[in-house]
Amino acid sequence: MSVVPVEAVAGAVAATGEDTAAEAALAPKARLFPSLAAVYRAQLSRARVARIPLLFVATFQSVGIMILMRGVVDGGSEARAVVAGSSVLVVAFVALNLLAQYFGQLRASGGLDHYATLPVPPSSVVLGAAAAYASFTVPGTFVTAVVGSVLFGLPLTHLWILIAVIPLSGAALAGLGAALGLLAPRPELATLLGQLGMSAALLLGVLPADGMPVLLQYARDLLPSTYGVEAFAGTFDSSPDWAAVALDLGVCAGVGVISLAAATWAYRKASVR
Amino acid sequence: MSARTGTEAGHGDDAVCVVRELVKTYPATRGRRGVPATPEVRATDGISLEVRRGEIFGLLGPNGAGKSTLVRQLTGLMRPDSGSVEILGHDIVRHPERAARILAYLGQESTALDELTVALAAETTARLRGLPLKEARVERDAVLDELGLGSLASRPLKKLSGGQRRLACFATALVGERSLLVLDEPTTGMDPVARRAVWAAVDRRRAERGTTVLLVTHNVIEAETVLDRVAVLEEGRVIACDTPGGLKTAVAGEVRLELVWREKAPLDVPEVSALRGSAEETGRRWTLRLGPDEARAAVAAVTGGEAFAALDDFTLATPSLEDVYLALGGRTDRAKGLVKA
Repeated sequence: MSVVPVEAVAGAVAATGEDTAAEAALAPKARLFPSLAAVYRAQLSRARVARIPLLFVATFQSVGIMILMRGVVDGGSEARAVVAGSSVLVVAFVALNLLAQYFGQLRASGGLDHYATLPVPPSSVVLGAAAAYASFTVPGTFVTAVVGSVLFGLPLTHLWILIAVIPLSGAALAGLGAALGLLAPRPELATLLGQLGMSAALLLGVLPADGMPVLLQYARDLLPSTYGVEAFAGTFDSSPDWAAVALDLGVCAGVGVISLAAATWAYRKASVR
Repeated sequence: MSARTGTEAGHGDDAVCVVRELVKTYPATRGRRGVPATPEVRATDGISLEVRRGEIFGLLGPNGAGKSTLVRQLTGLMRPDSGSVEILGHDIVRHPERAARILAYLGQESTALDELTVALAAETTARLRGLPLKEARVERDAVLDELGLGSLASRPLKKLSGGQRRLACFATALVGERSLLVLDEPTTGMDPVARRAVWAAVDRRRAERGTTVLLVTHNVIEAETVLDRVAVLEEGRVIACDTPGGLKTAVAGEVRLELVWREKAPLDVPEVSALRGSAEETGRRWTLRLGPDEARAAVAAVTGGEAFAALDDFTLATPSLEDVYLALGGRTDRAKGLVKA
């Protein structure tokens, strides 16, 4: 089926005459931001095919939890914690749980090879996917926050804080999810870890902290989503303590940097075997 | 070519990819419940080969011969235990990340692209090969057009048939030009039209740019028609390396005779029972590799008299690469991995 005569091939080679150096020139590397943007855009487009039903699930779950909790808590700080916790739970569901599953499956099926044989910085693949998954959570988080505020009679004044809470807690949770998915030796384990992470975010984030045993309170402090929840809950005051909010968000950002770095390391480790 | 400087001794004049004594061993695994223990496996066992510029070089062998493991080491996806891989002068064992800047790899899996549309898969891959957005889109359109994928451009890969999906993945290997294409069974599941599109695209790049192709296949027919040279692998070793024609001369004196009996072979006919010794039996089918004169005599014997009544069908064929593989000492039970279709 090969219709090109050998002479034609040889002619083409002679014409280009480029094979002079011992090491041929390399094609350029893809730069960080353009490739991050390309991965982000590709991941975002997957939502249309595969993710939208799951976003509904995430939102319904959080709204359902708030309706349940309405009979248990009666306003005040507990209500704030429930609304903030349920909103951030949407982020945990998508960014941690679903991203862990995605990377777990990608690793197990050999799909990482595609990225590993392209000249992209590993961080662009991880950051692009993490950013896309964090973006998926935006509508669900807003819907949950608004419904919750109305349900518990909380002010809607400072909901804009979500613009900071979603990306920062999204970074922390997505990094954790990606790292879990990439490090899990089997995809089932990645799914399990993602589910566990989400359950932890649910229990430790939504339930009011005051009544918890000491051990659980420590666990709560270790969970990255906690700081997003606290920051958001703090803004329901009529005059919020912005310094405390900023501190919580700062912790979120710090954890985000660490967990994304860990995810990038895990990606490197997973892509060359 | 006289301007060439600093070429290490021992390389062919136009070697694109030089592999020396490549060894990769998968460690033994301990058995668990439901999972039997596996012994240590040498997936590549001292492989050496050289791929020249502008040729289509094939790796042929049954399943489990070590083809994919070899390719993964050439593309920097796997580190060999020992040995060297040099592509266009670059040491890929020491700098695996450079492979991505020299070659394009089409693996067997498409999971990274499955949920993207054909157009976005090609565009994203082009951008990740370092092309700016505009160029990536121009390349995307050109390649999709060339492969006749235009009408499928807006459909997700997941929704396509196996062959169409494979063709879309092949398109992603072509965007963002690379001088070496490493293709792991590119035409699996494709219809003849798609196959022709693949080989036409490969030939065009060879003619215009001197592109080199390293092709993994276990399809003998394809190997015979498209390859310039082929390395036959078995159990992690290269058991032969030559042009398909050159390999066939190794068994030039032989023809293959296949006999299919209606129920069972009439062993009471002396000529038939004499043939049995050299026949390879699978059910009602006997396969014999014979010299031309012997074959003629055998055909005469089974097409006359009593034997003919018991004969259902027979074919006489010149040797194929599969026969070469068997003649080289390839184990018959493993040869079933070589698909002839």
